[in-house]
Amino acid sequence: MTAMLNVKDLRAYYGQVQALHGLEFALNEGSLTTLLGANGAGKTTTLRAICNMVRSTGAIEFDGAPLTGRSTENIVRLGIAHVPQGRGTFTTMTVEENLQLGAITRKDKAGVVSDIERMYDHFPVLKERHTQQAGTLSGGEQQMLAVARALMLRPRLMLLDEPSFGLAPLIVRDLFKILGKINREDKVTILVVEQNAQLALELADQAYVIETGRIVMSGNAKEIANNEDVRKSYLGY
Amino acid sequence: MELFINQVLAGIATGAIYACMALAVVMIYQAIDHLNFAQGEMAMFSTFISWQLMQWGVPYWWAFLLTLALSFAGGIAIERLLFRPLAKAPILTNVAGFIALFAIINSVAGLTWDFTIKQYPTPFGSSPFLGSQLISTHQAGMIGVTVGLLILLYLFFQFTRIGLAMRAAASVPESARLVGINTSWMIALGWGMAAAIGSIAGMLIAPVVFLEPNMMGGVLIYGFAAAVLGGLTSPLGAVVGGFLVGVFENLAGTYIPGVGNELKLPIALALIITVLVVKPAGLFGRPIVKRV
Repeated sequence: MTAMLNVKDLRAYYGQVQALHGLEFALNEGSLTTLLGANGAGKTTTLRAICNMVRSTGAIEFDGAPLTGRSTENIVRLGIAHVPQGRGTFTTMTVEENLQLGAITRKDKAGVVSDIERMYDHFPVLKERHTQQAGTLSGGEQQMLAVARALMLRPRLMLLDEPSFGLAPLIVRDLFKILGKINREDKVTILVVEQNAQLALELADQAYVIETGRIVMSGNAKEIANNEDVRKSYLGY
Repeated sequence: MELFINQVLAGIATGAIYACMALAVVMIYQAIDHLNFAQGEMAMFSTFISWQLMQWGVPYWWAFLLTLALSFAGGIAIERLLFRPLAKAPILTNVAGFIALFAIINSVAGLTWDFTIKQYPTPFGSSPFLGSQLISTHQAGMIGVTVGLLILLYLFFQFTRIGLAMRAAASVPESARLVGINTSWMIALGWGMAAAIGSIAGMLIAPVVFLEPNMMGGVLIYGFAAAVLGGLTSPLGAVVGGFLVGVFENLAGTYIPGVGNELKLPIALALIITVLVVKPAGLFGRPIVKRV
């Protein structure tokens, strides 16, 4: 298998503070990978560095082509959808407008219309509320909307930043089921950053563990989940 | 009673101009979070350009359209050259930028066309509108053009892709970039549109206040009052605020003893301060609340 996303020696900085110290990892096409770690380990920074939203050095290659020097919007246009922490909802716009915005770079009008219908099939609650202001949705519904908005791009790679944050456990299970389905059926490669390690490891096939800006562990998700030492020292459950 | 109706209609007519100025101010405020103090001067300069075109023999409506296009391009140029480099600068640097822009445009206009007051034509004439003494055809024209403009803007922002992208870029810039919108160009586009809207206000009000480099000073203050009253975060509010301020200004000048024409401007300032104290978000604005 070829690596779709290849990250080498990634270092990221907030002002003078260095947040990532030479991160290396790769995502295979079609894989569902999770990036685990505690608060402040650098998970969000990693995703932001991929989309050039934080100052960074190192090499990030997507399909063999470097992303360095590309603006955020140009990286997105390559087919990399990013669901940011906090969901990034356009709160003053309707649910349907949020979905249209997800597809704003696409030219195929008919495809966009049918994809909106497809999202309503995935997430029936969004159909019920399609004329409502997105800011009035509950946290879980907004997370569904954020995932749907990202899918509207027809991405090849989807980055999710703590999709479980602030959601009830049952809703998280639903959401993760949908992510698994998207990965299998739509062949979208997924990288999901999580604090909820247990659930993320059930979902993913690959896992990386990150600590203070370095990858400290990588491998098959099941193996990491079954490794008691790793669980105790890094994942805390 | 006739005096009252007359004053209300005249207020709606000037209110249309304030609405345009307020809308221009709000568009830029939404895009970059700063008040454009030079909005009035930009409009004045556009009006001079249209006047110059007419002096060269271009018919009114051609000059009008050409000025719209030139103002649009000029607004984009100002954003690209002056305010894009200041995007991450502190507030005061931006304020200084606006004041500089104000002074430069004002002086260049004075130098080019001098400070004497000039007549400016109206395509609508100034006879009584539909035979009624209540409102002149030019005032009716001011209202008509503004309402037409507002409808077009509404359609643009609600039903076109670029309109949707511009709204997204103004409301949540980071998410807008994450769906692939070039937010920097959306800001430039906002400047261009604001400049074009301002030029319409200038060309419509010029027959009333006469053409000279300081013609928009008072108008812009009313525009600010309108924007603050309606809420700086709400384009609809800016428009409603514009009409309200226009009517209020006229009625106060007519009915409150001692106000007259001379003290109308302090009323606008008093209005700004009152709104900021009593209801800072304005009538239609959204108070800025962050959900954590």
